[in-house]
Amino acid sequence: MSDLQSLQERIRAAAAARQPLRIRGGGSKDFYGGRLEGELLEVRALSGITHCEPTELVISARAGTPLAELARELATHQQMLAFEPSHFGGRATLGGTVASGLSGPRRAYCGALRDFVLGVEIIDGRGELLRFGGRVIKNVAGFDVSRLMAGSLGTLGLLTEITLKTVPCPRAQCTLRFEMDQPAALESMTRWATRPLPISATAWHEGMLSVRLSGAESAVRAAHEALGGELVAAADAYWEEVTEQRLEFFAATRELWRVSLPAHSPALPVAGPAFMEWGGSLRWLQGPLDGSALRALAARFGGHATLYRTPVRPPEGTFQSLSAAMLMVHKRLKAAFDPIRILNRGRLHPDL
Amino acid sequence: MIALQRIFAQHADKVSCGDVDDGAEGLVPGELIERLRRTLPAGAVLSRPEELKPYECDALTLYRQMPLAVALPADEAQVIAVLHLCYQAKVPVIARGAGTGLSGGATPRPDAVLLSLARLNRIIGLDPLARTARVQPGVRNLAISEAAAPHGLYYAPDPSSQIACTIGGNVAENSGGVHCLKYGLTVHNLLALRVVTIEGEVLEIGSAAPDSPGYDLLALLTGSEGLLGVVTEVTVRLIPKPQCARVVLAAFDELTKAGKAVADVIGAGIIPAGLEMMDRPTIAAVEPFVHAGYPLEAEAILLCESDGAPAEVEEEILRIESVMRGAGATECRVSRDEGERLRFWAGRKAAFPAMGALSPDYYCMDGSIPRKRLAAVLQAIRQLEGKYQLRCTNVFHAGDGNLHPLILFDSNIADEVARAEAFGSEILELCVREGGSITGEHGVGIEKINQMCVQFGAGELEAFHAVKRAFDEHGLLNPGKAVPTLHRCAEFGRLHVRGGKIPHPQLPRF
Repeated sequence: MSDLQSLQERIRAAAAARQPLRIRGGGSKDFYGGRLEGELLEVRALSGITHCEPTELVISARAGTPLAELARELATHQQMLAFEPSHFGGRATLGGTVASGLSGPRRAYCGALRDFVLGVEIIDGRGELLRFGGRVIKNVAGFDVSRLMAGSLGTLGLLTEITLKTVPCPRAQCTLRFEMDQPAALESMTRWATRPLPISATAWHEGMLSVRLSGAESAVRAAHEALGGELVAAADAYWEEVTEQRLEFFAATRELWRVSLPAHSPALPVAGPAFMEWGGSLRWLQGPLDGSALRALAARFGGHATLYRTPVRPPEGTFQSLSAAMLMVHKRLKAAFDPIRILNRGRLHPDL
Repeated sequence: MIALQRIFAQHADKVSCGDVDDGAEGLVPGELIERLRRTLPAGAVLSRPEELKPYECDALTLYRQMPLAVALPADEAQVIAVLHLCYQAKVPVIARGAGTGLSGGATPRPDAVLLSLARLNRIIGLDPLARTARVQPGVRNLAISEAAAPHGLYYAPDPSSQIACTIGGNVAENSGGVHCLKYGLTVHNLLALRVVTIEGEVLEIGSAAPDSPGYDLLALLTGSEGLLGVVTEVTVRLIPKPQCARVVLAAFDELTKAGKAVADVIGAGIIPAGLEMMDRPTIAAVEPFVHAGYPLEAEAILLCESDGAPAEVEEEILRIESVMRGAGATECRVSRDEGERLRFWAGRKAAFPAMGALSPDYYCMDGSIPRKRLAAVLQAIRQLEGKYQLRCTNVFHAGDGNLHPLILFDSNIADEVARAEAFGSEILELCVREGGSITGEHGVGIEKINQMCVQFGAGELEAFHAVKRAFDEHGLLNPGKAVPTLHRCAEFGRLHVRGGKIPHPQLPRF
């Protein structure tokens, strides 16, 4: 029996026994999302790149493939994943990366993980093997179930294979640093974003704004001249520390909040240090904080707050609540793919 | 015209045998129209044949059908009211924007209310610093870029119908355009939607923030062809206008070389702003129209655009030229100024109208394939021209692998419509065999519903129906479009059953 067939059998048996299953790739994001419930279903063995076509800007791999392996393969073709996902200390798998839907520093300038998902193969909660999307850039046949899987935290199906669009590595790159307080940094990032500049990442913390430029050599040079700032040596290491959250800011806290806001939102009136990315649209805050007050504040600005990392998961879940009408649609979609609710029950929302 | 009528008559029974829930008792049509009239302002409900006539088809004019009535709400509350009445009466609803869709997504049916969003045409707000625009669904695609222009911003997706097509329709079809290789499809340029479900619930999907809690319903709704909900508001992302753009025109004496050049450009790490191909018959047809100076002896020409800062464009253009020459281009011209750039593009833009001079009718297909298979698929299409005794010209988004074969026919000649349709179907099935899709950007609608049975297996189609039911239990929104019933696939003889088993064999299907 193939790996896929045995996974299908396992899910069918679990569905028959109404036994919840907890899907796990590298286990690097066990900390993330709602409660972990059910028998462990390991996917790591389902590994390997199945299709790589540099001239098509497409790569397919089984869900358990380490992200690092994918990155190495792409690097040999001078390509990369545009959304710059975290490798979570090297343990992250492709499946877990797509299921979590988390993107890295380039997200605000080049697109989110979901933007690059072209196709998926999944096993749904009945044990059916299903394929959606494909390996071409343009494909509007059928509902976009592939992108729906991004960020669904394994609650709609077990991802078994994923096809992503890749991008060429930039020909030139440099990072500039500016001393600025938070309002000035927000103001600058907002202003720059309205101009055609080759910015590929921004990060602000403790009065220092870092801006990465990526693209054609001439474009990077021209933008550097236009923006000024101090050129940073060994900047790749810095951005890796941002992506992997290895900076002191992230190590110093046990409870970490992730606040997602519309562009051009002001500094939040929240005590304690903040770390900003994505032109100011992503704010990391150190806890403990009053969660409901923070969520109300984020909602007031048109965003939402996630209790990203916490020693104790609250029963109401770690994500901002959904409206009654949205929750109804979520429940029906969950039922469409996983009617007995065996896959990652409670991971995305207590009721799903 | 006679042939068209016959096709329509053939199709009419298919149109009316959709998957509407028959169990619910409803109002008789006359009563529903009366109640719509009482609910909406004067002039917002059309039901006389001469009023309905302009709505009998969208841009897929092969299929014509009169709707039961046309409702023209002016705001979201009126949209909700229409949906509420139709839901109560269990009468299907078909949303329509400008009617420029090429796949029959807005083709009416005689038992359904056509819900025109044309009067929801206000730009609600434009925030140049947040780079967003909030608009109603009936706002034209180009109007958004026009409103953003004073701020140096624009809305990137530019379907060829952008002067007329509405953003609501773009969302429904996940429309593309000439620039989506670099700037993405509609789905990549949306931030939020307000959607009314058939039950009249308002869903706020996505937000101006980079992400939202819960499932990515924004992705699911985009391209859902009016089957899941009615969009009443769209928030789009605006991006800064590039400082300049230049285009390389490269000529090739063999299709294979042009196809290889496309793969080579991408393989060299270049993401052009646009990369389009025109074959010899197209070049010959458009040149007398636009006098662009196209090389008439070429088998194919590529138009490859670079945009950005002037120095960056200069750098990229040199690289594009060198790749084109390396792939065997017989000639390379670079636009020297904006006038020349527009002239190079003029032929591409005039391609469809120019076909009107070659042939009384044409049928525009929309398949996508892996780029490296371009040359092989174009050769195969040439062979099919012989089989069907019809000409087919090719002008398309080569950089995306998105073909738009134009099958030329004359509907006054007996059986040419049927041959054109069969030719088109064979091209789409060829695309699927090559690892591509039956639709790159036009949508499935009514046109490609049978080919869905070729691209997807029974399990996937069943999953699509389950998604549909999650939003619209009774199948009232745009029934019979986009996703075929398994019954229909079985009739079409193409139910693709994986592993010899259909899912849930206990359910009655056939």
